[in-house]
Amino acid sequence: MRSGVMRVPQEKDADYLALAARHRPPTPVWRNAVRAFVVGGGVCVVGQLVTDFFEVHGQTATRAASPTAVVMVGLGALFTGLGLYDRLVQAGGMGGALPISGFANAMVAPAMEYRREGLVLGVGAKLFTVAGPVLAYGLGSAFLVGVVRLVVGS
Amino acid sequence: MSRSTRQFEQVAVVGHFAAGGAREGQGPLAAAFDQVWDDDLVGETTWEAAEAKMAVDALEGAAHDGGWSLGEADVVVGGDLLDQLVSTNFAARQHHRPTLGVFAACATFAEAVGLAGLWCDRGSTRAVAGAWSHHLAVERQFRFPIEFGYQRTPTASWTATAAGALALTQGTGAVQLRAFTVGRVVDPGSADPMDMGTAMAPAAWDSLQRHLAAVKARWDDYDRVFTGDLGVVGSGILCDLANDPGFVRVHDDCGRSLYRPDQDVHNGGSGTGCVAAVVAGHIMPRVETGEWHRVLVAATGALFSPTSYQQGESIPAVAHVIELEAYRP
Repeated sequence: MRSGVMRVPQEKDADYLALAARHRPPTPVWRNAVRAFVVGGGVCVVGQLVTDFFEVHGQTATRAASPTAVVMVGLGALFTGLGLYDRLVQAGGMGGALPISGFANAMVAPAMEYRREGLVLGVGAKLFTVAGPVLAYGLGSAFLVGVVRLVVGS
Repeated sequence: MSRSTRQFEQVAVVGHFAAGGAREGQGPLAAAFDQVWDDDLVGETTWEAAEAKMAVDALEGAAHDGGWSLGEADVVVGGDLLDQLVSTNFAARQHHRPTLGVFAACATFAEAVGLAGLWCDRGSTRAVAGAWSHHLAVERQFRFPIEFGYQRTPTASWTATAAGALALTQGTGAVQLRAFTVGRVVDPGSADPMDMGTAMAPAAWDSLQRHLAAVKARWDDYDRVFTGDLGVVGSGILCDLANDPGFVRVHDDCGRSLYRPDQDVHNGGSGTGCVAAVVAGHIMPRVETGEWHRVLVAATGALFSPTSYQQGESIPAVAHVIELEAYRP
């Protein structure tokens, strides 16, 4: 259709999408990378301090890993409950989302959100709405790697 | 073509009411709001109930501003973004007035006001039209649980916690509803739900051109031409599409008006309540005082659902246009 000054863009209009792309502000890649480094690095420093704490109290480096994970998950859950963890990820992107504390955030946020729909159809059914893909594909790939290890290792 | 536009001689907009949440109440339009809800739950127990409460407040406020009560309204027309229009219908459960629930995403407000105008145009009727949205209720439906952390892209809009309503009646008042153009659904092929401006700008341009042709006007005839919530990105695109300094001079955008750039809302405000609150709180008073004589509002809506974009569908959009004019006897 042609009317007025310019035709109205219609389905899959490549010219229009190119025009629109020029108005899109660029993603601040470098700023995001620096923030992710600072936030992710900060989370790792906290994790290291927790590991050191367990090592000082008689655990080996290997054995300190499990309680450290528990503490980091607990901290992620705590800061999610305080309404602060989402701000950390908004600022630090993957620096906040990727560590295990971010996984805790992905589990606790739906648990809080869907409490109002009840314990069964709310929390129970929707607990994995965000973390579900990570678990499904994480378990799937762990299984595949295990099979490869079994075949190659024997 | 002009059969899709209805012009009114005798529809007065006699009352208006605008309200916003805490973040909106800290924005540039703070003084425009009749009410600011600092409490996210507005005294209710769920975000959805809070949105229904906002709807009742807005409808009552507009009727009251018009010199009558909501109980005297013959028809209520309204809409929201939630599944099955729950907040609009749950508000109707409370106010008990005959109600039309309408949906055109963020273009809902213009559709509601236009339909109320059609109603008032024939016969002595009082109608209240409005739209409302609650950031947290919409966020959990369209995106993620509230406390889940993720990084919003630079083109993403912020769904406003806001409500706005107008009271209309047959006759003449300080402000007249002059015309209503029903929009066509336009889909330029954009599939990014974090970039509504790109998806909606063509629909806005389509409806604005059709409205202009139908009422035989030029851009110079208007003091302002507001689009709904194209935001920074969509407004830039629209001005490019228009390629007309006369249009660029009068164009403004509701989504861009609601927040300051430093409020971390990226592209600007969106949501059914955004254009409603800006029209009721920011535009209406200026037309009432005669500061602006003639104003167009093209409310824009992105007509997608979480299911449709997950299935890879592009985002169709619509824009409905209403024209307000200061009454000069």
